[in-house]
Amino acid sequence: MSEFLEFRNISKRFGSIQAVDSVSLGIKRGEFFSLLGPSGCGKTTMLRLAAGFGQPDKGRIVLDGQDITDLPPNKRQVNTIFQSYALFPHLTVWHNIAFGLQVAKKSKSDIQDEVRSMLRLIRMDDQADKKPGQLSGGQKQRVAIARALINKPQILLLDEPLAALDLKLRQRMLIELDMIHDQVGITFLYVTHDQGEAMSLSDRIAVMDSGRIEQVGSPAEIYETPRTSFVAAFIGDTNFLEGEVTGLVDNEYCQVRIADIPDVVCFNDKSMKPGNPVFLSIRPEKVHISRDRPEAATSLNVLPAVVEDMIYLGSQTKYWVRTHGLRIQVLRQHFRFFLDEKPIRWKDDVWIWWHGDDGFMLDRFRAGDEKLISLPPQKVGEFEDNGSS
Amino acid sequence: MKDRRRKLQETLISLPSLFWLSLFFVVPTLFVFSVALRPANPYGGIAPGWTWANIRSLANPNYLVVAWRTVWISVASTLICIMLAVPISYYLARVSAKWKNVFLMLIIVPFWTNFLIRIFAWKVLLHPDGAIKKILAFSGLVSPQASLLYNAGAVVLITVYTFLPFTILPLYAAAEKFDFQLLEAARDLGARRFQAFAKIFLPGVRGGLITAVLFVFIPALGSYVIPDIVGGPGGEMLGNKIAQRVFVDRNLPQAAALSVVLILSVLAPLAAVLILQRKREKSPSLLEVNR
Repeated sequence: MSEFLEFRNISKRFGSIQAVDSVSLGIKRGEFFSLLGPSGCGKTTMLRLAAGFGQPDKGRIVLDGQDITDLPPNKRQVNTIFQSYALFPHLTVWHNIAFGLQVAKKSKSDIQDEVRSMLRLIRMDDQADKKPGQLSGGQKQRVAIARALINKPQILLLDEPLAALDLKLRQRMLIELDMIHDQVGITFLYVTHDQGEAMSLSDRIAVMDSGRIEQVGSPAEIYETPRTSFVAAFIGDTNFLEGEVTGLVDNEYCQVRIADIPDVVCFNDKSMKPGNPVFLSIRPEKVHISRDRPEAATSLNVLPAVVEDMIYLGSQTKYWVRTHGLRIQVLRQHFRFFLDEKPIRWKDDVWIWWHGDDGFMLDRFRAGDEKLISLPPQKVGEFEDNGSS
Repeated sequence: MKDRRRKLQETLISLPSLFWLSLFFVVPTLFVFSVALRPANPYGGIAPGWTWANIRSLANPNYLVVAWRTVWISVASTLICIMLAVPISYYLARVSAKWKNVFLMLIIVPFWTNFLIRIFAWKVLLHPDGAIKKILAFSGLVSPQASLLYNAGAVVLITVYTFLPFTILPLYAAAEKFDFQLLEAARDLGARRFQAFAKIFLPGVRGGLITAVLFVFIPALGSYVIPDIVGGPGGEMLGNKIAQRVFVDRNLPQAAALSVVLILSVLAPLAAVLILQRKREKSPSLLEVNR
């Protein structure tokens, strides 16, 4: 499949910082594509290179078969929505939106018509004479969108467009952005550090870290089959387990020794051989917890554990349990509220279990990524222990 | 009730400055106006009675030449200052903090030398036997007989030199507050580099631009020292004529009449700016009321 916007082996350095490091990436026509990563991972640099604000040190950028690497921003059919909106403060809403057409020397009547239809798209027909200073955050955002879309860009670049809005407004704008994408049908390249935004909007996501792409895939692929410890830990929450393959169960599953547990069953999609070291990522919601031991089944890992910490989150509760010296996060959805069921409490003996399919082998593990997982401070748990005894 | 009280408070607070302005600005100005309507006595004083003679004497074609020269020297100096100061302040606002301090220092350092000494230094620099003249004459840019000094060009040059820092500083202050991402946004929307500069940057530093214009134009209109030292007869301005009436002719009312012209021509651009600003401030608020 041919790519619409293509980054070919792009590198960019700022002083001593390698912002983007030999990145190759292809974005398809009409796609809603997100660059997701922590601040300083190079995602904004990628976006700015696509917009033409700066040249890559190495590599080419190709848009719809045309090499645009050396074109200045005004020669690219690419428009940007800035995090700070960057609306022109001395111009009215109408003139802000018309700016692109005016510098393109379109006829007055065309400008009138197109600005009017844009104002209708963002539902701000009655605010055309206001200055940006008189608008709310959400309205500024919408004007910024209209101002960019009126130029009919081949690709729209969005640089954390929702970061400056409060939570409720962000959720509304999220839906609005999605609707606009469906309506205008142009390609969106969306930069964000918010995994929720990326997950809910994107057709595909590229997760970036330290100037490199860690993984590209659909939101579900990224979440369910993270290839590296960074992706697993940055998107959602997870447990990392280090072990060694001890034997093969059959073609699909193998046995892994983790700590002093000899026979954790794990889906062997990486064709590991006995003796190979492996790192597993297990999502907390894939681990079950109960006072009662579950019925034995094939490929099920069942372990006794002790509850060390718990946080009630409303729709669910998060437990930190210890088993064989390992600390494991478990997320339990509340389906029903049983008054007569004895709730799980601190220091309770429980059973935890997960299916072999849910322990996912990582290609690459970096010890530092464990820090991205939300761990409760050890001291709080100890304090609770002392309090109850 | 509360509004009234606040209004009263505001009036009371502004009374001292009103008093100050009246005593040292309004009263002297009116005094000058009144002297312009008095006859002169032969001892350099003011004679009793009233006359239009001083005002009528302004019709002298020689004055017209000087007045025209005063205006064009001031306009040219202002334009050159602004044309230099805008790119300089743009650059200053963008350059790294380290260099910014160095450049700002370089702009301010000349003030540590007395203004007169700096003008006399220029006299040395532009001297017919000076290095600049010799280099220019050698390279054929000026004829060997031409003088770099004692003409209107020299006045413009020194005026620009003197007032450039006063244009750079307000423009720099405005540029410093300017959000340069707006220029990226303009470029992103298809504007060429110059279009973005003219349509977004210049309106963005409008306040600094107005201040800068007033800072050169008004003092330039009233210059006396610069044309006196480097102007020669071909570079005379109204300020010199006023001085001549006082020191040479000992005719205070004549000097006052010339001063009236100068004061009015300084007040006119100021009033224009004030009215313009008033208008701009009013228009958005009017819109707000309508909504």
